[in-house]
Amino acid sequence: MGIIKVRDLVYEYIRRDEEGNVEGITTAVDDVDLDIEQGDFVAILGHNGSGKSTLAKHLNAILYPVEGTVWVDGKDTKEEKYVWDIRQTAGMVFQNPDNQIIGQIVEEDVGFGPENMGVPTKEIWERVEESLKAVGMYQFRKFSPNKLSGGQKQRVSIAGVIAMHPKCIVLDEPTAMLDPKGRKEVIRAVRALNDVEHITVILITHYMEEVIHADKVYVMDQGKVAIQGTPREVFSEVEKLKELRLDVPQVTLLAYELAKEGFHMPKGVLTNQEFREALDQCMR
Amino acid sequence: MLRDITLGQYYQVDSVIHRLDPRVKLGTTILFIISLFVFDGVGGYAAAALFLALVIRLSNVPFRFMIKGMKSIVFLLSITVVFNLFLTPGEPMFRLWKLTVTQEGVRLAVLLSIRLGFLIIGSSVMTLTTTPNQLTDGLEKMLKPLNKLKVPVHEIAMMMSIALRFIPILMEETDKIMKAQLARCADFESGNLIKKAKSLVPLLVPLFISAFRRANDLAMAMEARCYRGGEHRTKMKPLQYEKRDYIAYLIVLCYLVAGVILGKLLPVLLGTVLA
Repeated sequence: MGIIKVRDLVYEYIRRDEEGNVEGITTAVDDVDLDIEQGDFVAILGHNGSGKSTLAKHLNAILYPVEGTVWVDGKDTKEEKYVWDIRQTAGMVFQNPDNQIIGQIVEEDVGFGPENMGVPTKEIWERVEESLKAVGMYQFRKFSPNKLSGGQKQRVSIAGVIAMHPKCIVLDEPTAMLDPKGRKEVIRAVRALNDVEHITVILITHYMEEVIHADKVYVMDQGKVAIQGTPREVFSEVEKLKELRLDVPQVTLLAYELAKEGFHMPKGVLTNQEFREALDQCMR
Repeated sequence: MLRDITLGQYYQVDSVIHRLDPRVKLGTTILFIISLFVFDGVGGYAAAALFLALVIRLSNVPFRFMIKGMKSIVFLLSITVVFNLFLTPGEPMFRLWKLTVTQEGVRLAVLLSIRLGFLIIGSSVMTLTTTPNQLTDGLEKMLKPLNKLKVPVHEIAMMMSIALRFIPILMEETDKIMKAQLARCADFESGNLIKKAKSLVPLLVPLFISAFRRANDLAMAMEARCYRGGEHRTKMKPLQYEKRDYIAYLIVLCYLVAGVILGKLLPVLLGTVLA
């Protein structure tokens, strides 16, 4: 069994009026199945309100399924005794960097997770050092988080999660509030974790460029998985993605439009390099 | 920029006093304040002045920073001095219009200003040499025994440190909201007090909403990082007494003993010398 397995997951947000009567039910996640293997880089795509963040919060036992089951490393998230194990196995990075940094100094914040787990003092320091180095923030260890840029803050948040030695990291739109430079920094750090440390990464985003390196992509719409497959498979379905109000990377779109005009272009071109090669082939 | 403000009045230099355990500094400050009210006589205050001078000297913080704290209490101090001077019953010294200044009054006024002055300077030394973070840590450790009385010591300390972390963020947010409202012709300046207070509503409401949203996010982030209160928790920077801390305690003890002895002995000694 993989690191994360989700079966028939349903989650409903229930709105209540002041007397506590049910006013309405919104099904945020509707019958989702997910299988993620150890070491994978998985991207979950979707526009606002597609249920992707709700799904993410299930992987860390912050939310519990209304129906269906989520297993993290073989443990059912509904079982209370496993909650802390699960949160340690699947770390989570949130959207707003300001609202998830607890410490007043970078190194103290990274040490927060291990402190909560009861790791001995000496080992906390080792973990803080190695995780700050892994995201390239070691030289900022004595800084106040308030003096860092958004991308740097988000890398500190990631270091704070790695210091807990998780098998898997769930990143819930970590780049949504960042400028393009910060976004690149964060994505580079995340990819390095996956390549070098072999930590399973689940990246939730609505930026298409960030998912082209993923092993598997899930596209969500209205709480359901609409498309799944490798990035190439997913981006071959340009029409369907447009229907879901999602953009495709610009090269992919260009290749698609050219193919429509009768040029011989392969489906699902993802990078500039691939496009150039395909174009060379055409011209010959 | 608003983000650069430092909280409290920590003065960044390296000194023995800066490196002392925050518990030592907290404890000493409390003992010093008590001693100011227990000691009497010139001898006691001489000892206090000497002790204070020694600590200030060791702290490497310029003296004018300590005096800064005094400014805020000048008003309070002058009122108490005036009241003490004129309203203490006792042996009259001289009359000023309808008011009588008594010997006891002068004595009390001088005593009070020395006490208050030393108190403010003494506590400034502590806040100038200790970061808010260290203070919170020190308080948590010192108040730990209160846990047995069901006082949530760890939670209080955690709240304090989170508040410290979020003050600059919320300040910046206030600034942002203020500018946004000004851009929509909000007026925070004109009018009387009541009108001004009312004009703050469009500032405070969004600020509170955003603060609650942040609190909610932060709570989730803390839970996601396995936070479950003070139990099972280890410390990244545990407070541990070192040699210098014990020496500091010893010096404080010497000071207390010296103060008591001097306070009692000096009048006697002076008496014998004069006789």
